[in-house]
Amino acid sequence: MLKMPMLDVQSSPVDVRAETKVVAQGVNVFYGAKQALQSVSVNIPDRAVMAFIGPSGCGKSTFLRCINRMNDTIPIAKVTGKIIIDNQDIYDPSLDVVQLRARVGMVFQKPNPFPKSIYENVAYGPRIHGLCHSKADLDDVVQSSLEKAGLWKEVKDRQDEPGTGLSGGQQQRLCIARAIAVNPEVILMDEPCSALDPIATARIEELIDELRKNYCIIIVTHSMQQAARVSQRTAFFHLGELVEEGVTSEIFTSPKEKRTQDYITGRFG
Amino acid sequence: MAVETVPGPFSGPTAGPSGPGAAASAAIKKSIKQRYAAERRFRMYGVAAILFGLTFLAVLFASIVSTGYTAFVQSSFELNVPLDRAVIDPDGKRDQTALMTADYTLLAKKALASAVGADPANKVQMREIGGLLSRDVDTEIRKAVLADPVLIGKTVPIWVLASGRVDSLMKGQLDRNLPAQTRKISDQQLAWIDKLTASGALAKRFNTGLFTNGASSNPETAGIGVAMVGSLFMMVTVLLLAVPLGVAAAVYLQEFARKNFWTDLIEVNINNLAAVPSIVFGLLGLAIFINFAGLPRSASIVGGLVLTLMTLPTIIIATRAAIGAVPPSIREAALGVGASKMQTITHHVVPLAMPGILTGTIIGLAKALGETAPLLMIGMVAFVVEYPTSPLAPSTALPVQIYMWATSAERGFVERTAGATIILLAVLICMNLVAVILRRKYERRW
Repeated sequence: MLKMPMLDVQSSPVDVRAETKVVAQGVNVFYGAKQALQSVSVNIPDRAVMAFIGPSGCGKSTFLRCINRMNDTIPIAKVTGKIIIDNQDIYDPSLDVVQLRARVGMVFQKPNPFPKSIYENVAYGPRIHGLCHSKADLDDVVQSSLEKAGLWKEVKDRQDEPGTGLSGGQQQRLCIARAIAVNPEVILMDEPCSALDPIATARIEELIDELRKNYCIIIVTHSMQQAARVSQRTAFFHLGELVEEGVTSEIFTSPKEKRTQDYITGRFG
Repeated sequence: MAVETVPGPFSGPTAGPSGPGAAASAAIKKSIKQRYAAERRFRMYGVAAILFGLTFLAVLFASIVSTGYTAFVQSSFELNVPLDRAVIDPDGKRDQTALMTADYTLLAKKALASAVGADPANKVQMREIGGLLSRDVDTEIRKAVLADPVLIGKTVPIWVLASGRVDSLMKGQLDRNLPAQTRKISDQQLAWIDKLTASGALAKRFNTGLFTNGASSNPETAGIGVAMVGSLFMMVTVLLLAVPLGVAAAVYLQEFARKNFWTDLIEVNINNLAAVPSIVFGLLGLAIFINFAGLPRSASIVGGLVLTLMTLPTIIIATRAAIGAVPPSIREAALGVGASKMQTITHHVVPLAMPGILTGTIIGLAKALGETAPLLMIGMVAFVVEYPTSPLAPSTALPVQIYMWATSAERGFVERTAGATIILLAVLICMNLVAVILRRKYERRW
């Protein structure tokens, strides 16, 4: 097991003041005839990190992609049930999906910067949403986003270089900067460290811990150690079902369900 | 287990000479030899295939260039032409019609006669003098006179074209050692030619007429200028119609259309259309654009429309492939920050697919530029002397001009066929070069 000294379960207790940001009620997802997610209901707190764990194909990424309606891009995917962010059902027909995605940012499994300059990568979101009215404004947003993503010091003198020329860990932080540049409320992370080495992973985890002060962060991870290190609450998925959800330390030390117990002790998965 | 005792394929003889391990090792050794031999053979086949192709390419280029390079020079006489007032403008009114219709050929003959020292009164000699000059010799003198009528009455040095036979002789295409009967140039003419060549009054000069003239029955004044303009009109038509239509269709089919029976049917049909022989498009164009829509025959707009139909499938297929090759992660990234579908496509997908789209477009254009068969169907095999002033005017195309010259027997047309082929190939190579440069530029930007 990899030791990450800067974080452990005990030193990051649940923020008791945390309000609920995202509420899922009976969410089902079908890919054609196949049901990928069965009646998932969960409350996700604001200003905290929620981790989804579970074996491959358990539906955790599918559920994550429901929260910013990324599943819309798959023609055969059908979502039923309710997902409510700040009292608003995001599957309501009156809701604009573009607006939703500006509020719910996403970081993907593989770093996917645009093949443009570092500056353009970060500036793209604010620009399409018309958030900045002058070049100086935009420069400020780019700088503060890169600072929040912990990348500013490394790239401030080479913002014109292509984002794809950065190392994997830097690219992923650039993607995080790109996501927070549009000032979202929720950040979804789909296995953000699975393509990174341990050092880069540690930096991202540090960053996630930093970001949770301002955002509602939902992270899908394969690594239970990572879930234990970065999250305050954890949800365990298995075969399209949400098996158990609770405070991270409790899930890992005294799970209520046998399936959770078996998974975290390495019996399967 | 037997497997554990099998030594690696490169570890030499086995430790134990007996047992199943040794047998397996020997079998592997033998098969490895065969596998390496198979690989060597395969590489040899590949090298042979490439050499074979290169040889044919070299032969093709060598044959075209060796026949065609002479088309870029043309034999001309430098004559001191007496612009006799009595011949050009007997009335002295400077009447345009009189200036146009004056007997400039006579003036050229007189000038040549005095240059070689022939007797202008000797009809036989004058006929031989006339045989040295191009039948279109009056054009150049007329042009000089019309450009500057003040010259009338003076004697001016003008370069005029020699006849096709003289040109062939100058280029060594006619054997001067043949008897006078068969070589088509009399001994007297030969003597004059030698005299003028020695004095520098007969020389091979760069053939600008090849690039500026239109069709002509005399090889020395035939050129591809008019055909090039026709081709240009058609290329512009194709570019303006096929590229936006093709890219729009491809983007819609690839990004927006639902996958169902109809889109499958359309896709199959587009792929089939790309393989339809071009003559069929010519028939289609004849039926629709000329017989039904009533557009004029031989017009470059009709040619452009037919070539557009022909190029569309190529552009659609290339664009779809290029769009499909854009990684989905880029689309997700754009959608993830809240770009709309249209923004994702116009900001990211199409720009990223641009190198592929450009390559497909230019390949399609190049194919259209070299296309002959459909143009034959819509009457573009025309003898066009004048430059087309609009896409509706009669015109011809570069490959059609080559085709028409290729059916003429004169030496001058043979070299022009090859010369025009060189020009066509040069244009195509330039187009491909542009494609490569654009692609490089885009790739550097991204």
